[in-house]
Amino acid sequence: MSGTMTTPASRMAALARAELTLFGRNRGTLVAALLVPLILPFSVYSFTTDMDLDQVGFTPGALILPAAVGFALLFAVYSALVAVYTSRREELVLKRLRTGELRDHEILAGSALPAAATGLGQSVLLVTGCAVLLDMPAPRAPHLAVLGLLLGLVMCAALAACTSAFTRTVEAAQVTTLPLVMVSLLGSGMTFPLQMLPDTAASVCELLPLTPVITLVRGGWTGDLTASETVSALIVALAWTAGGVFAVRRWFRWEPRR
Amino acid sequence: MTANEHEHVIEVTGLRRVYGGGFEAVRGITFSVGRGEIFALLGTNGAGKTSTVELLEGLAPPSGGRVRVLGHDPFAERAAVRPRTGVMLQEGGFPSDLTVAETTRMWAGCVSGARPPAEVLERVGLTTKSRVRVKQLSGGERRRLDLALALLGDPEVLFLDEPTTGLDAEGRRDTWELVRRLREAGTTVLLTTHYLEEAEGLADRLAILHDGEIAAAGTPAEVTAAQPSRISFELPEGYHLGDLPPLGEMGVCGHETDGRLVRLHTRHLQRAATRLLVWAEGAGVELGRLDVRSASLEEAFLGIAREASASRSTAEPSGTHKTHKARGTRQAEKKEYAA
Repeated sequence: MSGTMTTPASRMAALARAELTLFGRNRGTLVAALLVPLILPFSVYSFTTDMDLDQVGFTPGALILPAAVGFALLFAVYSALVAVYTSRREELVLKRLRTGELRDHEILAGSALPAAATGLGQSVLLVTGCAVLLDMPAPRAPHLAVLGLLLGLVMCAALAACTSAFTRTVEAAQVTTLPLVMVSLLGSGMTFPLQMLPDTAASVCELLPLTPVITLVRGGWTGDLTASETVSALIVALAWTAGGVFAVRRWFRWEPRR
Repeated sequence: MTANEHEHVIEVTGLRRVYGGGFEAVRGITFSVGRGEIFALLGTNGAGKTSTVELLEGLAPPSGGRVRVLGHDPFAERAAVRPRTGVMLQEGGFPSDLTVAETTRMWAGCVSGARPPAEVLERVGLTTKSRVRVKQLSGGERRRLDLALALLGDPEVLFLDEPTTGLDAEGRRDTWELVRRLREAGTTVLLTTHYLEEAEGLADRLAILHDGEIAAAGTPAEVTAAQPSRISFELPEGYHLGDLPPLGEMGVCGHETDGRLVRLHTRHLQRAATRLLVWAEGAGVELGRLDVRSASLEEAFLGIAREASASRSTAEPSGTHKTHKARGTRQAEKKEYAA
């Protein structure tokens, strides 16, 4: 056989490059993915003035900084990817890609790379901005914050593929992404600390997908997570990620319904 | 490379495909394609062509039977097969906001031993369109882009699902020419089409699919030869079929009448035509609308479709509506012949 053989990395890079071009050409996705996560932290900041954060031992920064990471994950990664997967399926791109050398997981991962990179870059930018503007001390356990962010990226990509499985059109994606977005905004400690909720409600909220990510990022900064809190956050995050990957393998649709 | 692989690049045995809802699109078909051959799957819409090709491409596992491409199972052993095959799907599959050049470059990054994108675009005549977005291409240009991508890796086996649908006459001829050149270079091509002309002119061998089964297979000449030729004419007023020489002696193997119109089927066209004309001369009779024609692939194709739908309507339980419909269709066909 002549010429060079492709590798998983080279194939995913080619796909990611094309997706990046497409990302730059879609104004709607650009605005939603780039601007929304940059604006939302300011509105959370305006809430914090009405909240009695001292009561639960929170500084405004300890609420806003992890929330900013959550916004980047929800809008730049999760919502953007539901639209990407759905539109590629509707245009039969996914089916076309499956006739070639790309494996299924390479198609999903390669398409997710630009969005994941955007989410990562935004998180770093927002976290730096929050730390500087809100005059926060250096993180005490940065490895937990990094771990939380990486788990969040993989989990959001997997959940995006799951959501796309029951999303027929790109327009429908605006609706099908709402449940996770709303539930996360309200119940994952992004707009107010879960400690302000009654115990039962708080322990249910701890099982939501983005809660462990927020917890780990916050804990990474404040350094006040106990070992058992860290482990249970990791278990919840890994469970959602594994569950998402399993659901994708089982139920993801590669072709439009006819 | 084994000798066996050299013989049959594609081997399909008892292949079946049943969809989720229980619909059986492919019902136990068997065929093989040799190296360097152009093989056409011919059939009407819904005959099972695409369902079959998708199994050969390895997009789904068969519900039953066996597929081997280059000696491997294209679904389970995809890594061994994919770098050596090229696929042109029946439609689209490109992000509409990428340009032709960007699409080709992306695909080239996913194909082992890819040719330079510019060279492949040149080959299908899309060079001037390289900076145009896919959504601005015409249907025919999209088909050519699809063909370009299928050719990127210099595949040993090429699957073309309706490669010329949507092309104008010139585009179709260009594609045929390209496919012939590929065969000369040793590429094995499996194509589906509902254009008889395409199958007849391009394919070394073909199979006619009908309702998920192979209704006829062989070289275009063999498939055609299996079909009888036909003579049709109008008997003048006052004459009946019985006035003709004995049909068996004429070499007629079947006949139909519709009013005064008579249609004879024969495998001995010269003998039957001579007897008929000699009789008419002797009787001093003018045969109206006389039409004598040898079998064509089109006749074979229509004959197969007709036989199958006739046998289906008799097999159907007593639904009167359906029976009516079947009779209506048959009458319409007669009218079509009479016209």
